Amino acid sequence: MHEMSLCQAIADTVSAQADGASVRQVNVRIGYLRQVVPESLLFSWEVLTMDTPLAGCTLDVEHVPAVVVCAGCGARTTLDLPVLACSSCASHDVELVSGEEFLIVSMDVAEEVG
Amino acid sequence: MGRFHAHADGTMHTHDGHDGHDDHGHDHGQDRDVGDHGGYVETGATRVNVLQGILAENDRIAADNRADLVAAGVRTVNLMSSPGAGKTTLLRRTIIALGEQLRVGVLEGDIATSIDADQLSGLGATVSLVNTSNGFGGECHLDAVMVRSGLGRLPLADLDLLVIENVGNLVCPAEFDVGEAAKAMIYAVTEGEEKPLKYPVMFRAAEVVVVNKIDLLPHLDFDLGLFLANLHDVNPHAVVIQASARTGEGVDEWCDWLRGTAQAR
Repeated sequence: MHEMSLCQAIADTVSAQADGASVRQVNVRIGYLRQVVPESLLFSWEVLTMDTPLAGCTLDVEHVPAVVVCAGCGARTTLDLPVLACSSCASHDVELVSGEEFLIVSMDVAEEVG
Repeated sequence: MGRFHAHADGTMHTHDGHDGHDDHGHDHGQDRDVGDHGGYVETGATRVNVLQGILAENDRIAADNRADLVAAGVRTVNLMSSPGAGKTTLLRRTIIALGEQLRVGVLEGDIATSIDADQLSGLGATVSLVNTSNGFGGECHLDAVMVRSGLGRLPLADLDLLVIENVGNLVCPAEFDVGEAAKAMIYAVTEGEEKPLKYPVMFRAAEVVVVNKIDLLPHLDFDLGLFLANLHDVNPHAVVIQASARTGEGVDEWCDWLRGTAQAR
């Protein structure tokens, strides 16, 4: 249940960068190999932002599949299990090319009403 | 709560179910993004790139911790496991075994109580307790800030090896760099063979896995070979040490690993 900590980190970063502007949505990217429970993350976000300037701000989570490339046969495998192996030749000599993302990509800031 | 949307490119998005708010009669006086696509920006909003790691602030402080520990000549091991896997019992043995050769410090993370720290006191190691209930809502892990506060209470100049006993938990501690040189794991044979597949983040992060309580093997259905195969599937490079913190079996090998770590600086 470290989702609360993650939301706190997201809120701190976003609040600092928004510099007082109204943030409508925060867009984050999280790889499948991160042990983040989406429902828990969104629940934590609601609770944590409640009664703060970020109240009502949507957290949009883009989940990135875990993909490995085999050093032997070159095949790309999208992992269903966290087993780092090539689905084509079963080799464990693979390079992880995505799935460990843990990034605040962007935020949607309300334009000031003229 | 979250809704998943599969996209043609294979990615999947979770969207906060804020649109449900309207059903409750709330009027927040602003348009909401209730759309299904991450690329969509509502009218009146500007997308601003952030491109910062979620744990960037933690990692920055972890780097400070690491720099201080390296400067003081202290090698640091982040010890992680489930609750009850035997971290404290193994640490007691470790402190006694290494006490003659290395000056050992322990940074003890616990959600509450000083029970573990009390068990380790009087053995010759310097113990610093961090109760994570002081953090936000009783944290299930140590983060770099908590470790930084614990380091402030340790005489780093007088230590060779620091063991950070993390909070007993197979999930959260693995995500937080605290400034250690290496992550180590203790795993008890009573926990079953499949856990490396269920908790891959921690098993992947560990340089060494101490398979503990092997004195219980005759009484269990635990398939050691299957466990080791599962571990190899998620982390082919992990050093495996079979041990019993109760009988002392394997403790020498574990201490050799720690000693090697301590001398590698």
